[in-house]
Amino acid sequence: MLTVLVDGVASGMLLFVLACGLSVTLGLMNFVNLAHGAFGMAGGYLCVVLLNQHGVPFIPAVAAAALFAAALGFVLERTLYRQLYGRDHLDQVLFSIGLVFVMSAVVDWLMGARQQLITLPAWLQGRWDFGFMTVGVYRAFLIAVCGAIVLALHLGLVRTRFGARLRAAVDDAVVARGLGIPVTRIFGVTFALGSGLAGLGGALGVEVLGLDPTFPLKFMVYFLIVVAVGGANTIVGPFLAALLLGVVDVAGKYYVPQVGAFVIYTAMVVLLLVKPHGLLARGAAR
Amino acid sequence: MSAALRFALQALFWGGWAGAYFALPEYLPLLAQIAIIALFVLSLDLLVGYAGFVTLGHAAFFGLGAYAAGILAQQGWGEPISGLLFGAAVAALVGLLTAPLVLRGGDLTGLMVTLGIAMMLFEAANRMAWLTGGADGLQGVEMWEIFGVWRFDLFGRTAFVYSLTVLFLLYLLARLIVSSPFGLALRGIKGNRRRMEALGTPVRARLVAVYTLSAAYAGIAGALLAQTTQFVSLDVLDFHRSADALLMLVLGGMGSLYGAMLGAIVFMVAHHALSELTPQFWQFWIGIALIALAIAGRGGMLGLAGRLLARWGGR
Repeated sequence: MLTVLVDGVASGMLLFVLACGLSVTLGLMNFVNLAHGAFGMAGGYLCVVLLNQHGVPFIPAVAAAALFAAALGFVLERTLYRQLYGRDHLDQVLFSIGLVFVMSAVVDWLMGARQQLITLPAWLQGRWDFGFMTVGVYRAFLIAVCGAIVLALHLGLVRTRFGARLRAAVDDAVVARGLGIPVTRIFGVTFALGSGLAGLGGALGVEVLGLDPTFPLKFMVYFLIVVAVGGANTIVGPFLAALLLGVVDVAGKYYVPQVGAFVIYTAMVVLLLVKPHGLLARGAAR
Repeated sequence: MSAALRFALQALFWGGWAGAYFALPEYLPLLAQIAIIALFVLSLDLLVGYAGFVTLGHAAFFGLGAYAAGILAQQGWGEPISGLLFGAAVAALVGLLTAPLVLRGGDLTGLMVTLGIAMMLFEAANRMAWLTGGADGLQGVEMWEIFGVWRFDLFGRTAFVYSLTVLFLLYLLARLIVSSPFGLALRGIKGNRRRMEALGTPVRARLVAVYTLSAAYAGIAGALLAQTTQFVSLDVLDFHRSADALLMLVLGGMGSLYGAMLGAIVFMVAHHALSELTPQFWQFWIGIALIALAIAGRGGMLGLAGRLLARWGGR
C-alpha cells in the first residue's frame, strides 16, 4: 500500500518535470503544443545513447540530455514556433502533430522501434527495507531530484526578477511590453527551459515510464491532463495535478490492471468538465 | 469560375470514379477504401471546415460506426443498408450525448475533451475483448447481399460501387445542408460567433446539431469500412486516424466538400504509392507536410487552384 503510494509519487513528480514546460506554452502563451513530449523523447534518447554506447556516467548523461533538449527547444522556438504564435488553434495543432511525426520517424529510423533499456549505476539500484514498507532507491532519488526542481521553480517564479517578469508577461503581454519587458525573449527563454526540463524528465524516466518512438503520443494525454487540471497560473497547481495523476495511474495499474488506462482518460474528461479552468483556478476565464 | 466550368469539373470528378472502375479493376479494394476515407474527411469538414470546431477525436465516431455495424453483422443480422443506418445511429447518439460535454468550456477544453473521449473509446474497445475482439480485431463479420441482389465479391466490385454510391448520395445531402440556412449559420458561427449570437442564432443548438450530424456521417464511413472489409480492427479508433483526417482536410482545402474528398484521394494514393518504402519514411513526410501546411497557411489544393484560375482568368 505505502509502496504503491511512493511509486505513484515518484512517477507523478516525473510527470510534473516533463509537463511543466507545457504549462507555460499551453497555459500561459495559449499555444497548443502537442509536440512537448517530443523534447522529452529527444532527451531520453540522448541519455540512452550516451550511457550505452559511449559509457558516459549516469549523472552527466542526464545533464547532457537536459541541455540538448533545451537547445533543441530554443532553436525550434526561434525558427518555427514563433511563426505560429497568435494563429488559431488548428494551425498549431497541425504544426505540432507534424513535428511529433517527424521526430518520431527520425528516432525510429536512427534507433529502431524497440523499447530502450538502460542499466542504472549500482548506487541507484536495489531497495531500502523499512520493515513496514520497501522503497526503491531510484524512486527515492527521483523524488529527491524532482522535489528540488519543483522547489527551485517555485522560488524562481515567485522570488526572482525573471519570475516576476514572466508572470507579468503572462498576465497581460501588451501592458508588460509597454513597460519595457522583453516579452518575446522571456517567452523564448522559458520555452527553452521547459524543453530542457522535459528532456531531463525523459532521461530520468527511461527506467520508469519507458522510452520508444511512440513516447510523445503515448504521454501527450498525460501532459495535457497535468496542465489542464493544474491550471497555468502557478507551479503548485500542475504539481498537485501531476502527483494525483501519478498516484491514480500507478494504483490503477496495480489494483485494477484489467481496466488499464481507461481510468486516466475518464478522470481527465470528468475533471475538465467539472473544473474547466483547472483545480486551483482563480476563476478568471480567458 | 463560370457555372459551366464548375459543372464540367464536377462531372469530371465523378466520371473519374466511374472510369477508375473499368480502368483499374485490380485496385478496386483500394478505391473502395479511398471512397470511404473521403466520406470520413467529408464528415470532418462539416464540423471543422464549416462550423470551425476543431476536434482531435473524430476517429471515435468512425470507430463506433465500424464496431456497431460489424457487431450487428457478426451477431447474425448482415443486411447492409440497415447496418449502415445502425452505425450512423449509434455514432449520432454518442455524438448527441457528448456534444454538451465537448461544447462546455472553451476552445482548448473542447480540444482536449474530444481527444479524451476518443482515447476512452479506444481503451474500452481494447479491454472489452468479449464484444469487440480486442487487439485481435472483430472477426466473423458476414454480410448479406445488398437489396438481396448484389453479393460482396472477392474482387471488391460490389464493395466499390456500394461505397461510391453511398459517398455520392451523402455528398448530395451534405451539399444541400451546407447551402441551407443551417449551413449558412454554421459559416457565420465560424466567422464570428458573438455576432451570430447577437443576431439571434441559437449558436449552441446549431453546434450540437452539426456535431451530431458529423458524427453520423463518420459513423456511416466506419460502418462502410466494416462491411466492405468484413473485419474491424482497433485501428479504426486510433489517434492517427483523427490526425490523418485533419491532414487530408487541410491538404484538400477546408470548408469545401470537394476539397475534403480531393485531399483524401491524394493522401490515400500517395500513401499507397509510398508504402513500399519504409513506414518511417512515410510518417516523416507526412509530418513535414503538416508543418508546411500549418505555416504556409490554409486553403489547400483547392485554394491554390482557385488562385491560379483567378490569375489565369484575370489576364
